[in-house]
Amino acid sequence: MLTTLDQIQPGGSCRIAKVTYADLLGARLMNMGVYPGSMLRVVRNAPLRDPMEVEVNDIYLSLRREEARFIEVICA
Amino acid sequence: MTEFRKIILVLVGQPNCGKSTVFNALTGASQHVANWPGVTVDRKSGMARIDGIKAEIIDLPGAYGITASSPEERVTRDFLLTGQAHCMINVLNAASLSQGLTLTVELQEMGVPLIANLNMMDNAVARGLAIDTVALERLLSVPVVPTSMNRSRGIKTLKETLSEQLRRPAINTPLRIDYGQMEHSIKVVQEMIIDLCPKRQEPSARWIAVKLMAGNADDAEVMCRQFSCGEKLKEVVAKSRAAFEFETGLSPAVHIALCRRQTVSKLVEACVMARTTNSISSSERIDRIVCHPIAGPLLLLGIIYLLYYLSIVQGYRLTEYTWPLLAKLRQGIEWLVPAPGFIEAPLITGFCLWLTDSVNALLNYVPIFFILFALIAVLEDTGYMPRMAFIMDRALHRFGLHGQSVLPMVLGGVYVGGCAVPAVMACKGIPDERSRLATILTVPMLNCMAKVPLYILLVNTYFTANKGWAMFFISSISLLIVLPVAKLLSLTVLKKKETSPFIMTLPDYHLPTIRGVLGKALERVWLYLKKITTIVAAVAAIIFILLQFPGPGETQIARYEEEKRTMLADFSRAISGTRYAEICASEETTLALILYAQTYRKERMQARTDKALAAINERYEKRNSLFFSIVRTEADGEGQKANRALRALSRQRDGLLVDARRDRLESSILGRLGKAMEPVTAWAGFDWRINVALLGALAAKESVVATLGAIYVPDENQGSLEERMARPDTGMTPLHAAALIIFMVLFPPCVAAAIAVKIQSASTGFMLLAIGFPAVLGLGFAMLIFSSGQALGLTGLGALAAFYTLALILTIGTGVIRPASNLPPS
Repeated sequence: MLTTLDQIQPGGSCRIAKVTYADLLGARLMNMGVYPGSMLRVVRNAPLRDPMEVEVNDIYLSLRREEARFIEVICA
Repeated sequence: MTEFRKIILVLVGQPNCGKSTVFNALTGASQHVANWPGVTVDRKSGMARIDGIKAEIIDLPGAYGITASSPEERVTRDFLLTGQAHCMINVLNAASLSQGLTLTVELQEMGVPLIANLNMMDNAVARGLAIDTVALERLLSVPVVPTSMNRSRGIKTLKETLSEQLRRPAINTPLRIDYGQMEHSIKVVQEMIIDLCPKRQEPSARWIAVKLMAGNADDAEVMCRQFSCGEKLKEVVAKSRAAFEFETGLSPAVHIALCRRQTVSKLVEACVMARTTNSISSSERIDRIVCHPIAGPLLLLGIIYLLYYLSIVQGYRLTEYTWPLLAKLRQGIEWLVPAPGFIEAPLITGFCLWLTDSVNALLNYVPIFFILFALIAVLEDTGYMPRMAFIMDRALHRFGLHGQSVLPMVLGGVYVGGCAVPAVMACKGIPDERSRLATILTVPMLNCMAKVPLYILLVNTYFTANKGWAMFFISSISLLIVLPVAKLLSLTVLKKKETSPFIMTLPDYHLPTIRGVLGKALERVWLYLKKITTIVAAVAAIIFILLQFPGPGETQIARYEEEKRTMLADFSRAISGTRYAEICASEETTLALILYAQTYRKERMQARTDKALAAINERYEKRNSLFFSIVRTEADGEGQKANRALRALSRQRDGLLVDARRDRLESSILGRLGKAMEPVTAWAGFDWRINVALLGALAAKESVVATLGAIYVPDENQGSLEERMARPDTGMTPLHAAALIIFMVLFPPCVAAAIAVKIQSASTGFMLLAIGFPAVLGLGFAMLIFSSGQALGLTGLGALAAFYTLALILTIGTGVIRPASNLPPS
């Protein structure tokens, strides 16, 4: 099922399909070793629900929900 | 490599790879911190001797890759492109090789002389990873040096490898990654690049071709400038990219990243043996508490409180021990400069003491700063900072700030009693340009320690019945001003500033090392002393001139002389016929007696034990036995009579000095300015005296109370400043005080803080904005409070409450406006 990353609940896993805001966000993500095809797990939300923490290839990342909207994912 | 060129070695690595420990190990104490031109990114460099060869080591900012997605990465990329480095040391976190190797692979593609330093090997072992460094060396075809710099292991091998690399000419064997379907296009572009500049060796033409094909606009622009690519090349690249995307349906950048990823995966597969463990990493276990919805914020609050308590409260206590040292310094200077005259102190004396006082006021904070900087270093080195940002980001992001703005705000005095200087300096870590500037510009509006004396004076004078409420207002209003102002700035002045995605890694927790923490703390204290104290001294000198000149007029001087003659005559009459009569023979002797008595009294008051008192008595008796027979407590009849006369004279002289000081202040440039501003400031309820005190406080706010003390001098020189200011004849009411409090909350940053703003924003314009904006806003608010308070007949407390409500509404209102985002609409 295709959705965006901000819709995934903590504990949920998914695969990155596309980064729709490729220039800045995509470059930063790819520099960190995260790109389409990578498996991703939502670890937790911040106490105020935003930002969220995800795990990709053993790396723990935090990102805001407004950014997560630009990451299209496929739910496992 | 030619002999006369300076040897330059650079450290490259991703954030959190332990690069700074490698840098420290290589350079030792010879470090130099400056800024990269145009940005507020630290440029750390140092000298190292490697097997007899002197080399400069440059520590490049942490970068995940050679594509710039942050100012730090831009600095690193641009430096790498200049090809200045004789050898690069790529530091990797051995515990997360799969991430780190992506950078290594790209560096190796560039074909630059490279050493891979697998740092934090101890961490990798702890995680159950076994790394075959020999195989990695063979597959990467670069020397691989495993180290654990935290435990000082491997530094010798690293130096040996470096020296080998420097002595034999580097053989560039760029790594070849198979880009599959893109190979053809890359080859075409690569050949065009070789044709353009056949002699260039590094970076390799193939790497440039790959970079151009990846199509990052910023990268392409810089590369085209650096390697003078023509229009034709750009055209070919654009066409090839479009064709590739059409044929494969893949974005070229993603395809390139995936191919590199595959190479890295193969490397990791071949060289890293992971003992399969299902256990959760210890960092993740810590995060379950640190980022817990309830425990997390509580812990954050606790840590903030501890930080505040240890540095500000305990550090302040520490200054009780260091202050006497500074006071000794002042005494030493007092002793060196000419002694004061009967009425006027020599200009040089006044100047030197003023300068000493101004610098001392700042030096006094050094213990606080040292503790503070050390604690911040601990927070940074453990890896707590990103967690703090993670927890707080949502609340602050609404106001155009960043999760990492918490720390500067705490340091600045979110409650009461911070300091804007370390607060502004702590803004450096905020990775988003717009929110960083918003934080830098607003933290000086928080309640720093120097504002507190005036608050206490005003509260004790005008809000005696409601001290609690007034203090509550003061301590929380600054936050209600900072938040809307930050939002306002980010929607207006800072609108065009770059913002970057919040994305950041939450690195593994580390135990900080003593050396790392102390090193950082010392480095920052030194920066403070070097950059700020010198400028403060210069500005203090200017303010001194503004306060001193043009000085008293002739008629005033004549009046002082007249009064002095009367006083001396009175004194002379009083002691005539005693054995002290000869003292009056000259004015100098009389003055000497006055000063002798004053210092004696001061020292006697400080003596804690009988023994100390006896020592003082003995010293003074030795210095002048005749004078001593007057000032000693068990004086005989004549002595007591003289003592009474001396006290009267001393008191009269003090009164005259105060008169002279007030006259001087009134006629000084600053005094005239204060008077000239009265028509405007009258709307805020400030008379010229308040104006002068506020103008004088521009150098350091601590001086407001002192200046007010000098201005509000009653005839008898009696009563506390609170009592004197509360008198009806001063015309001050609680409403005046309310306006003054608001103005003080928004008082422009002191010189030290202003300089910190200039350093951290790399712009004089922003410094001026940080000074001017609060001043105008503060005056506006003060006028609003005073004038409308008067019109509506509000009491001081009523006016404060009304203002508070207004600020609260404003804060909530601006919090609702959606932040200015440069993200594209979805």
